[in-house]
Amino acid sequence: MHNLPFDIAHLLAGLMVLVSFVLLYQRRMFGVLNTFAVHAFVLAWAAAWQALIQHAPHLYITAAIALLFKALFIPVALHRIVQRLEIHRAVETVFGVGVTMLGGVGLVALSIALILPVTAASAALAREDLVFALSVVLLGLLMMITRRNAIAQVVGFMSLENGLILAAIGVKGMPLVVEISVAFSVLIAFIVFGVFLFRIRERFDTLDVHRLDKFRGETQ
Amino acid sequence: MPEYVVAAVLIVPLVAMAILAVLPGYRLTARINVAASFLTFLASLALFQERPEPGLFLMVDDFNIYLIVLTTFIGFTASAFSASYIGHELETGRLTPPFLRFYHAMYQALMFALNLALLANNIGLMWVAIEAATLTTVLMVGIYRTHEAIEAAWKYFILGSVGIALALFGSILVYFAAQAAMGEGLEAMAWTKLVARAAEFDAPILNLAFVFLLVGYGTKVGLAPLHAWLPDAHAEGPTPISAVLSGLLLNVALYAVLRFKMLLAANAHALTPGPLMIALGLSSLTFASFMLYRRRDIKRMFAYSSIEHMGIITFAFGMGGPLANFAGLLHMTMHSLTKSAIFYAVGHVAQVKGTQRIADIRGLSVSHPFLAWTLAIGVLAIAGIFTSEFLVVSSTFAREPLLAVPLVAGLLIGFGALILRLHGLLFGEPTPNAAPSHASYLSLVLHLLLVAIAGVFLPGPLVAWFQSVAHLLG
Repeated sequence: MHNLPFDIAHLLAGLMVLVSFVLLYQRRMFGVLNTFAVHAFVLAWAAAWQALIQHAPHLYITAAIALLFKALFIPVALHRIVQRLEIHRAVETVFGVGVTMLGGVGLVALSIALILPVTAASAALAREDLVFALSVVLLGLLMMITRRNAIAQVVGFMSLENGLILAAIGVKGMPLVVEISVAFSVLIAFIVFGVFLFRIRERFDTLDVHRLDKFRGETQ
Repeated sequence: MPEYVVAAVLIVPLVAMAILAVLPGYRLTARINVAASFLTFLASLALFQERPEPGLFLMVDDFNIYLIVLTTFIGFTASAFSASYIGHELETGRLTPPFLRFYHAMYQALMFALNLALLANNIGLMWVAIEAATLTTVLMVGIYRTHEAIEAAWKYFILGSVGIALALFGSILVYFAAQAAMGEGLEAMAWTKLVARAAEFDAPILNLAFVFLLVGYGTKVGLAPLHAWLPDAHAEGPTPISAVLSGLLLNVALYAVLRFKMLLAANAHALTPGPLMIALGLSSLTFASFMLYRRRDIKRMFAYSSIEHMGIITFAFGMGGPLANFAGLLHMTMHSLTKSAIFYAVGHVAQVKGTQRIADIRGLSVSHPFLAWTLAIGVLAIAGIFTSEFLVVSSTFAREPLLAVPLVAGLLIGFGALILRLHGLLFGEPTPNAAPSHASYLSLVLHLLLVAIAGVFLPGPLVAWFQSVAHLLG
């Protein structure tokens, strides 16, 4: 059962979890963006590898979307937005790095405990891929919760979404993966341009979402 | 022939979107918007005549056809209301012509996405449609570009996206469970095929999938504690959009949850989704009815009332069984019609008084008697004199008397809050008017008439229809 295709798929999926952890402790805005580019780059390789071993050519399109749109276009666009809006200072976090990393380890343990028992009857590759994918999803959620900065939250969401694509490519022969990744890309493009077009900073003088929250529409 | 009708329900909004995106002039585009919505409504009625065979992507069955008719009907009345409403928004400078063009195009895009989500015979396609609906509504919520509107849109965006993402993970797990039994390919994502073979699926994976789907789509239904986006989105967007959000989008998200519930019901080893839905429903009902007391913004108050009612409906479907399902379906219809009517009335009120603050709206029964009394009828209808609410309560008493206690308590608390606020709005010294209202009362009166008729007398065929759907839901 343990052959080369399996090991490489495993390696790439595991690498994504690792990069998710790296994302968690980035303190500089550009560091966050560069790490996200690496995250999407690994996803592109994982998708291409699945396309090869599953003989599913449509997954090459998913890989191409990940590579061109998420690993190149989005990080470059966000770089420019960050420069234009002059917000390249440190990213504020809610908890310290240690606590966040411990939380991340806990979430990975949680996804192992959730997925492995219920998928006992399935193929090893698919079930372990799902564990990695759920870990990436939960780590993305953790990043969204622990960052106060709108762009870091968007990056957290995008890494979460990479985890979903990882799940979709790992389940053998899933149709509509390409359509779903296109739909997600549209969503992400809107979020990224939303940050820019809605000019959150101009309106609030900050991208610190914590301050946005002060307005609840309920104050007198 | 029937295939063309299904196609028309989707193509008319799509074509209208393309036309509205390029045409200038708000009077003309508003009329085209109404005409396109009306055409879509007619096409949906034609679905009753003859139904196409379910394909791999689209299908029409007893359950979704009634929601499609409801959706296209409210889409039509809301577009008619919007046509008379937005003139005022242009005059006061809250919207500019380019934004209005965008607004109309987005309105049709939303109608397309909602119809597609309802017609989809594929869990992936349904997900894409609900995602598209989220996107279009986010853009419309933020259209006024005030601090509040942008914050509401951002919050809705982030929470809605996370919900949608979790729902996709659930959908992937459902395919994963199905693929083992049904093999690879599109058939393992089609509702009609999935339900037929659900009994063979791996139950533990299906259970896990349902939890993700309930949390994911439940965020879009606005169930507490996942509701945080809902009051802001309702309060800060244009009022026709508040009506569409409450009347349609929440229903469509709940429809998705119910479809997956049907899958679990067909699998003997899977968990019973009822208790989870009952718990979420009751928490939404209780939470929202307490929150109703402290509202200062009139649209925000009715948004909380929507959370309350989605809670009641989810509770009813969670109870299950022919009677509770029947009550849930009826309440879904009545709530959509009444809540959108209330938002039409609230839109008028906010325009004539120039504010959404409840404290600044007094004495409507003196200054605007017709508006005041239609609002009163709507609020009384929503606050608890629905037959469907009685049905939910009585079916709960018959089966789980203990659960009926928090249900009735929540209903009464919500009733009290709405009556209290309504009294303040209607009576007392009238506050000064800001502007005369140009908006038309047609949609408002039409909805309330339908609600009043349904409250007194439900036609036999409709009852039989709901009963068959209730049976289908198990």
